[in-house]
Amino acid sequence: MKVLVAVKRVVDYNVKVRVKADNSGVDLANVKMSMNPFCEIAVEEAVRLKEKGVATEIVVVSIGPTNAQEQLRTALALGADRAILVESAEELNSLAVAKLLNAVVAKEQPQLVILGKQAIDSDNNQTGQMLAALSGFAQGTFASKVEVSGDKVAVTREIDGGLQTVSLSLPAVVTTDLRLNEPRYASLPNIMKAKKKPLEVLTPDALGVSTASTTKTIKVEAPAARSAGIKVKSVAELVEKLKNEAKVI
Amino acid sequence: MTILVIAEHDNAALAPATLNTVAAAAKIGGDIHVLVAGAGASAVADAAGKVAGVAKVLVADNAAYAHQLPENIAPLVVELAAGYSHILAAATSNGKNILPRVAALLDVDQISEIISVESADTFKRPIYAGNAIATVQSSASIKVITVRATGFDPVAAEGGSAAVEAVSAAHDAGKSSFVGEELAQSDRPELTAAKIVVSGGRGMQNGDNFKHLYTLADKLGAAVGASRAAVDAGFVPNDMQVGQTGKIVAPQLYIAVGISGAIQHLAGMKDSKVIVAINKDEEAPIFQVADYGLVADLFEAIPELEKLV
Repeated sequence: MKVLVAVKRVVDYNVKVRVKADNSGVDLANVKMSMNPFCEIAVEEAVRLKEKGVATEIVVVSIGPTNAQEQLRTALALGADRAILVESAEELNSLAVAKLLNAVVAKEQPQLVILGKQAIDSDNNQTGQMLAALSGFAQGTFASKVEVSGDKVAVTREIDGGLQTVSLSLPAVVTTDLRLNEPRYASLPNIMKAKKKPLEVLTPDALGVSTASTTKTIKVEAPAARSAGIKVKSVAELVEKLKNEAKVI
Repeated sequence: MTILVIAEHDNAALAPATLNTVAAAAKIGGDIHVLVAGAGASAVADAAGKVAGVAKVLVADNAAYAHQLPENIAPLVVELAAGYSHILAAATSNGKNILPRVAALLDVDQISEIISVESADTFKRPIYAGNAIATVQSSASIKVITVRATGFDPVAAEGGSAAVEAVSAAHDAGKSSFVGEELAQSDRPELTAAKIVVSGGRGMQNGDNFKHLYTLADKLGAAVGASRAAVDAGFVPNDMQVGQTGKIVAPQLYIAVGISGAIQHLAGMKDSKVIVAINKDEEAPIFQVADYGLVADLFEAIPELEKLV
């Protein structure tokens, strides 16, 4: 079966971002960018499904600026077969991304779509669910285990109280949690091979999708700073401070 | 303006996060209706009716809604959505699972994990693991929003007397089914609602050593949390993870033991009132946010702390 994986180019997870002085957003100039960690897990899961003989083709898709091609090449180096970039210079909201992905799903007809559960920049945790709604697919969000058998997929999900397993009819959308797998590293020969794999570039217009949004960001501020407190010398002093100064125990 | 709040529950009891969500709805203003979708959830509906500020409770009782499967609940919410200005749910795993599906079916953007209400159409929410706060405005006809519980003080669970009304709509998409669940059992308070949280990280070295934290927690009446490192190493189950991708907590007192304080962990606990860090590495980033820091070996400090509290 064909598996579609969506990946996003985001600021590297180790970067401590700074808010711009004019409060228009965070400063991403000259900041290291990477593939969103949850998307790496999605790619890894697709590659494992292919290695098990469940998946026959892996198509990786990204919606973003021209240089998101770097992240698509990374996914190709990890084992995806071909890539699609839906190029959009502006930052799109989850619903617009879901609509574009839905257009790609209609075109490619995958049996399984795997996304990360959230992007570490916008922290929305929406796109997979929205795509499932638009395509009419079942959804298995926050997956820590995925097992395909016949025309069903069993997804073990991380929920607030523990774990839950659901069975979904294919085609379905799955979003990955951190515990799903450990992504591999791309080897140099695979990185070289990835340069020759096909990468198709599309536009929202070509897919006939409007990316209009009902939300706008008015401003972005730094959170209230929390300053370092004091260092205590002993456990006794700590308990004394918590009892008498902070009055929390 | 009328606001629909989707109740968080397990068919037996109303989850506390619902009270925080009703508090957010009260800040927006207008009549507040609560939807209880489940199976055999009449006790939940009764509890929802008593919540202060709730004008009406809608109960959709159907086997299809028993396990909160989004394929079945989302169409129900969409059917009820007409006439509501806002649809709110707590940013729990259920809320996050269901609400974006509702928003997409209504063809509107969703606003995730708001921490404050500026006006009926303007909200604040954290982005970049809480390292920036975005103020967003929505022009959608129906505003679909998840609420970060720690951003709002809960309303009273008693004092209301809302009418309970049954909703007959049954949606069973037939695309998904519940197979089973494994819930962690614990007598300690629920992590996201606890007044005191004691968390352990990689420094705990193994799962057995967490028993020191459990004894300390029991003495303090605290919940026990963990960093991703402790979860990934298999010391504790994942539902104990505090952070950007785990649970968000804001207790009165957060005690971080053997946790370095990575960006992703801080995202889940830096709104705690008082933060205590116990770590033997005095350069650990956790000390930059801790009100009280103790540079010590946790295996000596924790038993001593347990004796003194």
